[in-house]
Amino acid sequence: MGHCLFSLDGAKKGEDEMTFLILYAEFFKIGLFAIGGGMATLPFLFRLSDVHPDWISYGDISTMVAVSESTPGPIGINMATYCGTKVSGILGGVTATLGLVTPSIIIILIIAHVLDRFKDNVWVRRSFYGLRAAVIALIAYAGVQVYKIALFNGNRLRVKEAILFCVLLPLMLRFKKVHPVIWIVIAAAVGILFSLPS
Amino acid sequence: MAQTEKPSLFELFLTFAKIGVMTFGGGYAMLPMLQREIVEKKKWCSEDDLLDYFAVGQCTPGIIAVNTATFIGYRTRGNLGGVIATLGIVFPSLVIITCLASVLEIYGDNPYVVKAFAGVRVAVSALITLSVIKLAKKSVVDVPTGILSALTLLLMLLFNLSPVIFVFVGIAWGIVFSLLTERRRGKTK
Repeated sequence: MGHCLFSLDGAKKGEDEMTFLILYAEFFKIGLFAIGGGMATLPFLFRLSDVHPDWISYGDISTMVAVSESTPGPIGINMATYCGTKVSGILGGVTATLGLVTPSIIIILIIAHVLDRFKDNVWVRRSFYGLRAAVIALIAYAGVQVYKIALFNGNRLRVKEAILFCVLLPLMLRFKKVHPVIWIVIAAAVGILFSLPS
Repeated sequence: MAQTEKPSLFELFLTFAKIGVMTFGGGYAMLPMLQREIVEKKKWCSEDDLLDYFAVGQCTPGIIAVNTATFIGYRTRGNLGGVIATLGIVFPSLVIITCLASVLEIYGDNPYVVKAFAGVRVAVSALITLSVIKLAKKSVVDVPTGILSALTLLLMLLFNLSPVIFVFVGIAWGIVFSLLTERRRGKTK
Protein backbone atom coordinates (compact mmCIF):
# COMPACT_ATOMS: atom_id res chain seq x y z
CA MET A 1 0.00 0.00 0.00
CA GLY A 2 2.72 2.41 1.04
CA HIS A 3 4.69 1.56 -2.06
CA CYS A 4 1.71 2.20 -4.32
CA LEU A 5 1.09 5.54 -2.66
CA PHE A 6 4.60 6.69 -3.34
CA SER A 7 4.72 5.36 -6.88
CA LEU A 8 1.76 7.63 -7.61
CA ASP A 9 3.93 10.65 -7.00
CA GLY A 10 6.47 10.10 -9.74
CA ALA A 11 4.33 8.16 -12.20
CA LYS A 12 2.28 11.16 -13.30
CA LYS A 13 3.25 13.79 -15.81
CA GLY A 14 3.01 16.63 -13.33
CA GLU A 15 5.78 16.31 -10.77
CA ASP A 16 7.93 19.38 -11.40
CA GLU A 17 7.77 22.59 -9.35
CA MET A 18 5.97 24.45 -12.14
CA THR A 19 3.04 22.03 -12.03
CA PHE A 20 2.68 22.53 -8.27
CA LEU A 21 2.77 26.29 -8.70
CA ILE A 22 0.09 26.24 -11.41
CA LEU A 23 -1.98 23.77 -9.38
CA TYR A 24 -1.78 26.05 -6.33
CA ALA A 25 -2.70 29.10 -8.43
CA GLU A 26 -5.65 27.34 -10.12
CA PHE A 27 -7.12 26.23 -6.79
CA PHE A 28 -6.43 29.62 -5.23
CA LYS A 29 -8.57 31.08 -8.02
CA ILE A 30 -11.33 28.54 -7.37
CA GLY A 31 -11.21 29.37 -3.63
CA LEU A 32 -11.54 33.03 -4.49
CA PHE A 33 -14.44 32.80 -6.93
CA ALA A 34 -16.46 29.78 -5.80
CA ILE A 35 -19.00 31.37 -3.47
CA GLY A 36 -21.70 29.34 -1.74
CA GLY A 37 -19.95 26.21 -0.49
CA GLY A 38 -18.47 22.97 -1.81
CA MET A 39 -20.83 22.27 -4.71
CA ALA A 40 -20.13 25.78 -6.06
CA THR A 41 -16.58 24.63 -6.85
CA LEU A 42 -17.90 22.01 -9.30
CA PRO A 43 -18.37 24.26 -12.38
CA PHE A 44 -14.83 25.55 -11.79
CA LEU A 45 -13.48 22.00 -11.73
CA PHE A 46 -15.09 21.30 -15.11
CA ARG A 47 -13.47 24.50 -16.33
CA LEU A 48 -10.14 23.23 -14.97
CA SER A 49 -10.59 20.07 -17.02
CA ASP A 50 -11.18 22.16 -20.17
CA VAL A 51 -8.07 24.26 -19.56
CA HIS A 52 -5.85 21.33 -18.47
CA PRO A 53 -7.22 18.25 -20.28
CA ASP A 54 -4.13 16.23 -19.28
CA TRP A 55 -4.87 16.83 -15.57
CA ILE A 56 -8.35 15.45 -15.10
CA SER A 57 -11.20 14.20 -17.33
CA TYR A 58 -14.96 14.73 -17.02
CA GLY A 59 -15.18 11.04 -16.06
CA ASP A 60 -12.66 11.59 -13.25
CA ILE A 61 -14.76 14.50 -11.99
CA SER A 62 -17.83 12.30 -11.79
CA THR A 63 -15.86 9.68 -9.79
CA MET A 64 -14.51 12.50 -7.64
CA VAL A 65 -18.03 13.68 -6.73
CA ALA A 66 -19.02 10.14 -5.73
CA VAL A 67 -15.90 9.63 -3.61
CA SER A 68 -16.25 13.07 -2.01
CA GLU A 69 -19.92 12.56 -1.15
CA SER A 70 -19.28 9.15 0.41
CA THR A 71 -16.28 10.00 2.59
CA PRO A 72 -15.98 12.17 5.71
CA GLY A 73 -14.99 15.81 5.39
CA PRO A 74 -16.35 18.89 3.62
CA ILE A 75 -17.17 17.97 0.01
CA GLY A 76 -15.29 20.96 -1.45
CA ILE A 77 -12.08 19.93 0.34
CA ASN A 78 -12.51 16.30 -0.65
CA MET A 79 -12.94 17.25 -4.31
CA ALA A 80 -9.87 19.51 -4.29
CA THR A 81 -7.74 16.80 -2.64
CA TYR A 82 -8.95 14.21 -5.14
CA CYS A 83 -8.24 16.50 -8.10
CA GLY A 84 -4.78 17.39 -6.83
CA THR A 85 -3.94 13.73 -6.16
CA LYS A 86 -4.96 12.87 -9.73
CA VAL A 87 -2.66 15.57 -11.09
CA SER A 88 0.49 14.79 -9.10
CA GLY A 89 0.07 12.42 -6.19
CA ILE A 90 -0.01 13.11 -2.47
CA LEU A 91 1.80 16.45 -2.72
CA GLY A 92 -0.60 17.48 -5.48
CA GLY A 93 -3.54 16.80 -3.16
CA VAL A 94 -1.97 18.88 -0.41
CA THR A 95 -1.10 21.69 -2.85
CA ALA A 96 -4.61 21.89 -4.34
CA THR A 97 -6.25 21.89 -0.90
CA LEU A 98 -3.94 24.57 0.48
CA GLY A 99 -4.57 26.65 -2.64
CA LEU A 100 -8.32 26.33 -2.16
CA VAL A 101 -8.32 27.40 1.50
CA THR A 102 -5.79 30.26 1.29
CA PRO A 103 -8.25 32.92 -0.01
CA SER A 104 -10.81 31.82 2.62
CA ILE A 105 -8.35 32.26 5.45
CA ILE A 106 -7.25 35.70 4.26
CA ILE A 107 -10.77 36.97 3.58
CA ILE A 108 -12.29 35.62 6.81
CA LEU A 109 -9.48 36.98 8.97
CA ILE A 110 -10.12 40.41 7.45
CA ILE A 111 -13.89 40.16 7.84
CA ALA A 112 -13.57 38.86 11.43
CA HIS A 113 -12.34 42.34 12.37
CA VAL A 114 -15.40 44.06 10.89
CA LEU A 115 -17.99 41.27 11.22
CA ASP A 116 -21.02 43.24 12.29
CA ARG A 117 -20.73 45.85 9.57
CA PHE A 118 -20.29 43.18 6.88
CA LYS A 119 -23.24 41.06 7.99
CA ASP A 120 -25.84 43.84 7.77
CA ASN A 121 -24.33 45.69 4.83
CA VAL A 122 -26.97 46.60 2.26
CA TRP A 123 -24.54 46.20 -0.68
CA VAL A 124 -23.69 42.67 0.43
CA ARG A 125 -27.39 41.86 0.55
CA ARG A 126 -28.06 43.38 -2.89
CA SER A 127 -25.08 41.55 -4.46
CA PHE A 128 -26.16 38.22 -3.06
CA TYR A 129 -29.66 38.54 -4.38
CA GLY A 130 -28.19 38.22 -7.92
CA LEU A 131 -25.13 36.12 -7.14
CA ARG A 132 -27.15 33.26 -5.66
CA ALA A 133 -29.23 32.96 -8.84
CA ALA A 134 -26.10 32.85 -11.03
CA VAL A 135 -24.43 30.25 -8.78
CA ILE A 136 -27.43 27.90 -8.92
CA ALA A 137 -27.29 28.01 -12.73
CA LEU A 138 -23.55 27.25 -12.66
CA ILE A 139 -24.17 24.19 -10.48
CA ALA A 140 -26.98 23.10 -12.82
CA TYR A 141 -24.53 23.41 -15.71
CA ALA A 142 -22.07 21.17 -13.85
CA GLY A 143 -24.96 18.70 -13.40
CA VAL A 144 -25.56 18.64 -17.17
CA GLN A 145 -21.88 17.71 -17.69
CA VAL A 146 -22.32 14.75 -15.35
CA TYR A 147 -25.55 13.71 -17.19
CA LYS A 148 -23.58 13.62 -20.44
CA ILE A 149 -21.21 11.00 -19.03
CA ALA A 150 -23.62 9.08 -16.82
CA LEU A 151 -26.72 8.90 -19.01
CA PHE A 152 -25.40 9.25 -22.56
CA ASN A 153 -22.83 7.52 -24.73
CA GLY A 154 -22.14 10.20 -27.31
CA ASN A 155 -25.62 11.00 -28.61
CA ARG A 156 -27.12 7.67 -27.62
CA LEU A 157 -29.15 7.46 -24.40
CA ARG A 158 -28.00 4.72 -22.01
CA VAL A 159 -31.38 3.10 -21.35
CA LYS A 160 -30.61 1.19 -18.13
CA GLU A 161 -28.95 4.26 -16.60
CA ALA A 162 -31.86 6.49 -17.61
CA ILE A 163 -34.31 4.12 -15.92
CA LEU A 164 -32.16 4.05 -12.76
CA PHE A 165 -32.07 7.87 -12.74
CA CYS A 166 -35.86 8.10 -13.11
CA VAL A 167 -36.28 5.72 -10.17
CA LEU A 168 -33.58 7.26 -7.94
CA LEU A 169 -34.49 10.95 -8.20
CA PRO A 170 -38.13 10.67 -6.99
CA LEU A 171 -36.95 8.35 -4.18
CA MET A 172 -34.34 10.93 -3.11
CA LEU A 173 -36.95 13.69 -3.18
CA ARG A 174 -39.35 11.53 -1.16
CA PHE A 175 -36.80 10.32 1.43
CA LYS A 176 -34.71 13.44 1.98
CA LYS A 177 -33.27 12.28 5.30
CA VAL A 178 -31.45 9.31 3.76
CA HIS A 179 -27.73 10.00 3.58
CA PRO A 180 -26.18 10.38 0.07
CA VAL A 181 -23.74 7.55 0.76
CA ILE A 182 -26.70 5.12 0.98
CA TRP A 183 -27.91 6.12 -2.50
CA ILE A 184 -24.38 5.81 -3.87
CA VAL A 185 -24.01 2.29 -2.43
CA ILE A 186 -27.43 1.26 -3.80
CA ALA A 187 -26.52 2.62 -7.25
CA ALA A 188 -23.17 0.78 -7.18
CA ALA A 189 -24.99 -2.49 -6.36
CA VAL A 190 -27.47 -1.88 -9.21
CA GLY A 191 -24.52 -1.20 -11.52
CA ILE A 192 -22.98 -4.60 -10.73
CA LEU A 193 -26.30 -6.54 -10.75
CA PHE A 194 -27.52 -5.14 -14.08
CA SER A 195 -24.07 -5.03 -15.68
CA LEU A 196 -23.86 -1.31 -16.44
CA PRO A 197 -22.70 0.67 -18.39
CA SER A 198 -25.27 -0.01 -21.11
CA MET B 1 -17.75 36.94 25.09
CA ALA B 2 -17.66 34.72 28.17
CA GLN B 3 -15.07 32.07 27.43
CA THR B 4 -13.82 29.39 29.73
CA GLU B 5 -10.15 29.58 28.78
CA LYS B 6 -7.96 29.78 25.71
CA PRO B 7 -7.50 26.35 24.13
CA SER B 8 -4.03 25.29 23.04
CA LEU B 9 -3.35 25.33 19.30
CA PHE B 10 -3.07 21.55 19.42
CA GLU B 11 -6.51 21.25 21.03
CA LEU B 12 -7.89 23.57 18.34
CA PHE B 13 -6.39 21.38 15.61
CA LEU B 14 -7.67 18.15 17.17
CA THR B 15 -11.19 19.48 17.74
CA PHE B 16 -11.57 20.59 14.14
CA ALA B 17 -9.97 17.40 12.81
CA LYS B 18 -12.63 15.52 14.80
CA ILE B 19 -15.39 17.65 13.28
CA GLY B 20 -13.87 16.99 9.84
CA VAL B 21 -14.02 13.23 10.40
CA MET B 22 -17.61 13.31 11.63
CA THR B 23 -18.98 15.49 8.83
CA PHE B 24 -20.21 13.99 5.59
CA GLY B 25 -20.86 16.47 2.80
CA GLY B 26 -19.95 19.70 4.58
CA GLY B 27 -22.08 22.83 4.63
CA TYR B 28 -25.30 22.40 6.60
CA ALA B 29 -24.31 18.85 7.59
CA MET B 30 -21.57 20.38 9.71
CA LEU B 31 -23.79 22.70 11.74
CA PRO B 32 -25.05 20.12 14.29
CA MET B 33 -21.45 18.90 14.86
CA LEU B 34 -20.25 22.46 15.44
CA GLN B 35 -23.13 23.12 17.83
CA ARG B 36 -22.28 20.07 19.91
CA GLU B 37 -18.48 20.32 19.89
CA ILE B 38 -17.82 24.08 19.83
CA VAL B 39 -20.85 25.58 21.58
CA GLU B 40 -21.94 22.91 24.07
CA LYS B 41 -18.75 21.01 24.90
CA LYS B 42 -15.91 23.52 24.47
CA LYS B 43 -17.96 26.72 24.92
CA TRP B 44 -15.68 28.60 22.53
CA CYS B 45 -18.56 30.72 21.23
CA SER B 46 -22.31 31.13 21.70
CA GLU B 47 -25.03 29.62 19.51
CA ASP B 48 -25.76 33.06 18.03
CA ASP B 49 -22.08 33.68 17.25
CA LEU B 50 -21.92 30.35 15.46
CA LEU B 51 -24.96 31.14 13.31
CA ASP B 52 -23.42 34.52 12.43
CA TYR B 53 -20.13 32.89 11.40
CA PHE B 54 -22.06 30.35 9.39
CA ALA B 55 -24.11 33.02 7.61
CA VAL B 56 -21.01 35.05 6.72
CA GLY B 57 -19.20 31.84 5.72
CA GLN B 58 -21.94 31.19 3.19
CA CYS B 59 -21.64 34.55 1.50
CA THR B 60 -17.86 34.79 1.34
CA PRO B 61 -15.67 32.97 -1.18
CA GLY B 62 -14.62 29.42 -0.41
CA ILE B 63 -15.87 26.34 1.40
CA ILE B 64 -18.39 27.11 4.15
CA ALA B 65 -16.78 24.62 6.56
CA VAL B 66 -13.37 26.25 6.16
CA ASN B 67 -14.76 29.77 6.53
CA THR B 68 -16.58 28.84 9.75
CA ALA B 69 -13.51 27.05 11.14
CA THR B 70 -11.32 30.08 10.41
CA PHE B 71 -13.78 32.33 12.27
CA ILE B 72 -13.87 30.18 15.39
CA GLY B 73 -10.11 29.65 15.36
CA TYR B 74 -9.61 33.41 15.13
CA ARG B 75 -12.08 33.99 17.99
CA THR B 76 -10.15 31.67 20.31
CA ARG B 77 -6.50 32.13 19.34
CA GLY B 78 -6.21 35.05 16.90
CA ASN B 79 -4.87 34.84 13.32
CA LEU B 80 -2.74 31.76 13.94
CA GLY B 81 -5.75 30.07 15.54
CA GLY B 82 -7.71 30.69 12.33
CA VAL B 83 -5.03 28.97 10.27
CA ILE B 84 -4.67 26.03 12.68
CA ALA B 85 -8.44 25.41 12.86
CA THR B 86 -8.60 25.33 9.05
CA LEU B 87 -5.67 22.92 8.81
CA GLY B 88 -7.48 20.76 11.37
CA ILE B 89 -10.69 20.55 9.40
CA VAL B 90 -8.95 19.69 6.11
CA PHE B 91 -6.53 17.15 7.61
CA PRO B 92 -8.86 14.08 7.67
CA SER B 93 -9.95 14.77 4.06
CA LEU B 94 -6.33 14.86 2.92
CA VAL B 95 -5.54 11.49 4.49
CA ILE B 96 -8.75 9.67 3.50
CA ILE B 97 -9.03 10.97 -0.07
CA THR B 98 -5.35 10.45 -0.86
CA CYS B 99 -5.61 6.78 0.19
CA LEU B 100 -8.89 6.23 -1.69
CA ALA B 101 -7.63 7.90 -4.86
CA SER B 102 -4.59 5.60 -4.85
CA VAL B 103 -6.75 2.51 -4.34
CA LEU B 104 -9.03 3.57 -7.21
CA GLU B 105 -5.98 4.16 -9.39
CA ILE B 106 -4.99 0.50 -8.87
CA TYR B 107 -8.44 -1.14 -9.11
CA GLY B 108 -10.00 1.31 -11.57
CA ASP B 109 -9.98 -1.21 -14.46
CA ASN B 110 -11.49 -4.08 -12.48
CA PRO B 111 -14.78 -5.03 -14.27
CA TYR B 112 -16.80 -4.91 -11.03
CA VAL B 113 -15.44 -1.48 -10.19
CA VAL B 114 -16.31 -0.28 -13.71
CA LYS B 115 -19.89 -1.58 -13.37
CA ALA B 116 -20.29 -0.17 -9.87
CA PHE B 117 -19.10 3.26 -10.96
CA ALA B 118 -21.46 3.31 -13.95
CA GLY B 119 -24.25 3.02 -11.37
CA VAL B 120 -22.60 5.48 -9.00
CA ARG B 121 -22.45 8.12 -11.76
CA VAL B 122 -26.22 7.90 -12.11
CA ALA B 123 -26.55 8.45 -8.36
CA VAL B 124 -24.22 11.44 -8.63
CA SER B 125 -26.36 12.90 -11.45
CA ALA B 126 -29.43 12.57 -9.25
CA LEU B 127 -27.65 13.98 -6.18
CA ILE B 128 -26.53 17.10 -8.06
CA THR B 129 -30.07 17.51 -9.41
CA LEU B 130 -31.32 17.26 -5.83
CA SER B 131 -28.88 19.98 -4.68
CA VAL B 132 -30.02 22.23 -7.52
CA ILE B 133 -33.71 21.74 -6.67
CA LYS B 134 -33.04 22.47 -2.98
CA LEU B 135 -30.92 25.56 -3.63
CA ALA B 136 -33.14 26.90 -6.40
CA LYS B 137 -36.02 27.35 -3.95
CA LYS B 138 -33.88 29.83 -2.00
CA SER B 139 -32.05 31.47 -4.91
CA VAL B 140 -34.62 31.83 -7.68
CA VAL B 141 -37.21 33.93 -5.88
CA ASP B 142 -38.70 36.25 -8.54
CA VAL B 143 -38.63 37.23 -12.23
CA PRO B 144 -35.19 38.95 -12.32
CA THR B 145 -33.43 36.04 -10.54
CA GLY B 146 -35.31 33.56 -12.77
CA ILE B 147 -34.13 35.33 -15.92
CA LEU B 148 -30.55 35.51 -14.64
CA SER B 149 -30.50 31.78 -13.81
CA ALA B 150 -31.93 30.80 -17.20
CA LEU B 151 -29.56 33.13 -19.04
CA THR B 152 -26.49 31.89 -17.13
CA LEU B 153 -27.32 28.24 -17.80
CA LEU B 154 -28.03 28.92 -21.48
CA LEU B 155 -24.79 30.88 -22.05
CA MET B 156 -22.74 28.23 -20.23
CA LEU B 157 -24.28 25.44 -22.33
CA LEU B 158 -23.75 27.33 -25.60
CA PHE B 159 -20.32 28.84 -25.07
CA ASN B 160 -18.80 27.03 -22.04
CA LEU B 161 -17.47 30.31 -20.58
CA SER B 162 -15.45 30.77 -17.41
CA PRO B 163 -17.73 30.68 -14.33
CA VAL B 164 -15.84 33.73 -12.97
CA ILE B 165 -17.71 35.92 -15.49
CA PHE B 166 -21.04 34.95 -13.99
CA VAL B 167 -19.90 35.74 -10.45
CA PHE B 168 -19.43 39.35 -11.55
CA VAL B 169 -22.57 39.39 -13.72
CA GLY B 170 -24.55 37.98 -10.74
CA ILE B 171 -23.28 40.69 -8.38
CA ALA B 172 -24.01 43.49 -10.90
CA TRP B 173 -27.45 42.04 -11.71
CA GLY B 174 -28.26 41.76 -7.99
CA ILE B 175 -27.31 45.37 -7.29
CA VAL B 176 -29.15 46.80 -10.33
CA PHE B 177 -32.42 44.93 -9.74
CA SER B 178 -32.33 45.46 -5.96
CA LEU B 179 -31.99 49.21 -6.54
CA LEU B 180 -34.78 49.18 -9.16
CA THR B 181 -37.13 47.34 -6.79
CA GLU B 182 -36.23 49.64 -3.90
CA ARG B 183 -36.92 52.71 -6.06
CA ARG B 184 -40.27 51.38 -7.23
CA ARG B 185 -41.27 50.63 -3.65
CA GLY B 186 -40.20 54.14 -2.63
CA LYS B 187 -42.45 55.70 -5.27
CA THR B 188 -45.60 53.73 -4.42
CA LYS B 189 -45.31 54.71 -0.77
